[in-house]
Amino acid sequence: MAKKLTVSASPHVRSNETTTGIMLDVIIALMPALVMSVVYFGLRALTLTVVCVCSCVIFEALSRKIMKRPNTVGDLSAVVTGIILAFNLPASMPLWMAVIGCLVAIVVVKQMFGGIGQNFVNPAMTARIILMTSFPTAMAKWVVPFTSAWHPDAVTAATPMAVLAGVQGGDVSAAGDALPTLTQMLLGAHGGSMGEVCSIALICGGLYLMLRKVISPVIPFTFIGTVAVIMLFAGSFNLEFVAYQLLGGGLMLGAFFMATDYSTSPINKKGKIIFGIGCGLITSLIRLFGSLPEGVSFSIILMNILVPHIENMTTPKPFGEIKEKKAKKEANKA
Amino acid sequence: MAEKKSLGKELTKGIIAENPVLRLVLGTCPTLATTTSVESAIGMGLAASVVLICSNVVISALRKVIPDKVRIPAYIVIIASFVTIVQMVVKAFLPSLDEQLGVYLPLIVVNCIILGRAEAFASKNPVLASAVDGLGMGIGFTAALFLMGAVREVFGAGTFLGNSIPFLSENPMLIFILPPGGFFVFGVLMAAVNKLAESKGKKRAELRGCEACPMAQNCALNKKEVAES
Repeated sequence: MAKKLTVSASPHVRSNETTTGIMLDVIIALMPALVMSVVYFGLRALTLTVVCVCSCVIFEALSRKIMKRPNTVGDLSAVVTGIILAFNLPASMPLWMAVIGCLVAIVVVKQMFGGIGQNFVNPAMTARIILMTSFPTAMAKWVVPFTSAWHPDAVTAATPMAVLAGVQGGDVSAAGDALPTLTQMLLGAHGGSMGEVCSIALICGGLYLMLRKVISPVIPFTFIGTVAVIMLFAGSFNLEFVAYQLLGGGLMLGAFFMATDYSTSPINKKGKIIFGIGCGLITSLIRLFGSLPEGVSFSIILMNILVPHIENMTTPKPFGEIKEKKAKKEANKA
Repeated sequence: MAEKKSLGKELTKGIIAENPVLRLVLGTCPTLATTTSVESAIGMGLAASVVLICSNVVISALRKVIPDKVRIPAYIVIIASFVTIVQMVVKAFLPSLDEQLGVYLPLIVVNCIILGRAEAFASKNPVLASAVDGLGMGIGFTAALFLMGAVREVFGAGTFLGNSIPFLSENPMLIFILPPGGFFVFGVLMAAVNKLAESKGKKRAELRGCEACPMAQNCALNKKEVAES
């Protein structure tokens, strides 16, 4: 016996993919939107992002240390959470409030439940909702692009979503000047959260992630598709209304970057389809009938909570197994 | 209760080891609903404690008279009488507190801590021990409410007993006085008290089968368990 047989526990086949590599891809995909937000909202946007990233990393390192667990700062997941959280805030957000958001995202949502892969809801999304309920005024200060976000009395305006909520029966032309043009919507020259405004940059980032096979296209497409179909009917087949609904608010950011979070979305394809449709449905219902103009964050959180049930419903059947009822029938026959 | 405990132990067990809210997880509804401010939290805690002590004493005194089959209605009648008295007193002398507590004041009637102590303790123990048990549980309940109320009022409204705190009062974190914030604070406090009790060598608060349940005697599940063993 020259060579001994190696016996080891599974997994036996390993890929070269690492968490750090995946997170690095996500960071690269988020860069175009970050650049565009700096273009629109100035260096205040960059400052906000840097503060969020730094405090997320510090909170991650500290809480791992206090809980006596190995340090996981190197996997870059805290950096991604920081960038996405910053994207979800208005550019004029007071920095200390953003730090509280990072505390909620990293310590409460992620580390208290066991760290990366153990959180049951998306950390950045939960932090956004907690900030929204805690500081409603600061979280609704939508700075107008190309004006100074540093100034405490920065020029603010209603987001396209708030205008759309008042539109009756899909008649967007009635809103007049209150709505930006569709080109402006696509490029991002309108009020909104710092990173959600530039749809085209987010779509590019999303496509990059799909090409790199970091995210599967199932959730984004079912999510956006469901919203499109519902808005088509709600807007009495006015395509312009549908376009505004798809490009406005946090839909692109949510569908590409937050609904696809590994630990809070279903594993197999069937589950992903149910998840995406559910997100789209709740988003549309909140936008059309809710008291809030935008519902992407709540839809993702609600579907995150349902994920364990979706997984149970869609567990694949092992090869060769038959259903219990059928098995009983056959046993009776024999 | 086979084991005999000293009166001192009956008093102190309600504060941390068997804290009704944070360790036995009883009376969650008033805990979450009335702790939006320190004032209403203390008011609720004291009102419930008075009812708890009085009803414990009366139920313990009547424990040999009350027929077993109708004991729950009998307990409720006794508790309800004391709640009515407390409610009238609060309405007459502290109308602002009555306004703050609203429906939760009459709802003390169905507070599980009071019914739970009547069932688990007062119906099996002498009057003095029951009174001390009620006092200890009342202190534990009030202390837990005070802690929760303090955290929620300081961060959620930026005030403490109505006195505003600099910086916090200008930027209150509204979520703390909203229901979800109540659940957050409740969970964190519960974890902290569990840790504290554990460090003193007490068992972690967990589902301990039927022994801790006040309804164990009449419960179908428990009967099955007894029959099997």
